[in-house]
Amino acid sequence: MDNLFNLFVRSIFIDNMIFAYFLGMCSYLAVSKTVKTSVGLGIAVTFVLLVTAPVNWLVDYYLLKPGALAWLSKDLADLDLSYLSFMIFIAVIAAIVQLVEMVVEKFSPSLYNALGIFLPLIAVNCAILGVALFVQEREYTTISEVTVYAVGSGIGWFLAIVTLAAIREKITYSNIPKPLRGLGISFIITGLMAIAFMSFMGIKI
Amino acid sequence: MREQKKAKEKEPMFSAKVLKLLKNPLNLENPVTVQVLGICSALAVTVQMKPAIVMALSVTVVTAFSNLIISALRNTIPSRIRIIVQLVVVAALVIIVDQLLKAYVYDVSKKLSVFVGLIITNCILMGRLEAYAMANKPWPSFVDGIGNGIGYGLILVIVAFFRELFGSGKFIGIPVIPKGFYEIGYVDNGLMILPPMALITIGIIIWVQRSRTKELQEK
Repeated sequence: MDNLFNLFVRSIFIDNMIFAYFLGMCSYLAVSKTVKTSVGLGIAVTFVLLVTAPVNWLVDYYLLKPGALAWLSKDLADLDLSYLSFMIFIAVIAAIVQLVEMVVEKFSPSLYNALGIFLPLIAVNCAILGVALFVQEREYTTISEVTVYAVGSGIGWFLAIVTLAAIREKITYSNIPKPLRGLGISFIITGLMAIAFMSFMGIKI
Repeated sequence: MREQKKAKEKEPMFSAKVLKLLKNPLNLENPVTVQVLGICSALAVTVQMKPAIVMALSVTVVTAFSNLIISALRNTIPSRIRIIVQLVVVAALVIIVDQLLKAYVYDVSKKLSVFVGLIITNCILMGRLEAYAMANKPWPSFVDGIGNGIGYGLILVIVAFFRELFGSGKFIGIPVIPKGFYEIGYVDNGLMILPPMALITIGIIIWVQRSRTKELQEK
């Protein structure tokens, strides 16, 4: 239990998707103009991560890992399909995003309207595939670990995009040098925020 | 392939238009600093020159060939499932690149870790496929892919150059800062190796580029 909580805190603050790995930067910079839209996108990303990461882990664990097919028959025990993982992961993510979109549209039109345009974009958000690949690389062994890590990463991403949006709303009226306006200053703000987040390094609970 | 040959016969292989496709992404339409594409993986691999160069090459190859393939198939892909088709083509190419890297430069491939896989979701690819390859002939698309790959690589190499030089005093792994400097008290700036400085370096590159080319400035 302690281990899981530690992983959760780590994935939010220390291994933050944006500040430590720069994953999902494209939509992070493009959609962070207002707080409202960025909250929507943040929730959508967290939700999709919560669904896709465990599914991808299951696929990896029972189908792709070296020797993973041993449960099927003994002849397949030395088969290694891990080179297929990129393609399978992205297919799973694209399919699940489509599914989530349809389900949300059916059962909660208001949420669908709020997230609408962002949902299809999430399929190509690096953070989603990134989490799937990190899970594979770090060889997490239980599904609860994977879920906790995925949710933590999602919340970390949410936190980052909402903070940046809030700062960008504030600086609209500041007198920034012309060439630095827009994209340039967003990068530098993100950099400074990342330095601030580094103070969490080494925290262990 | 046949279609590509026809296109070649109609206009010279390196007409002014094609050359422009190669040149524009370097400055005016740079994928990283102007189109804001592909930043996701651009920053994490720039601690040293070597991984940055390998990454830039991989992205260039994948972008060029996926542009070529999608452009050749563009009339047969139903538009409703085009994203899936694009992802499958890109994923297949990335798998090939990943296997090649693992076979020939294993240490670099270990350093790049998940970021090779993340080429799939690199926005440069999807962006160029959607914006260019779906509407143009294979040969210009191929060149467009190469141009954008180089534009991306350029930023990667510049960032990696400064981070490696100031962060560890090296250039492609060779120490370049003279020993005498360290003796009189020069210290490598450890902050440059950490992630935040990659962001700030790119911010500064954008600043320099936009002060030089006024039309890129935002209001």
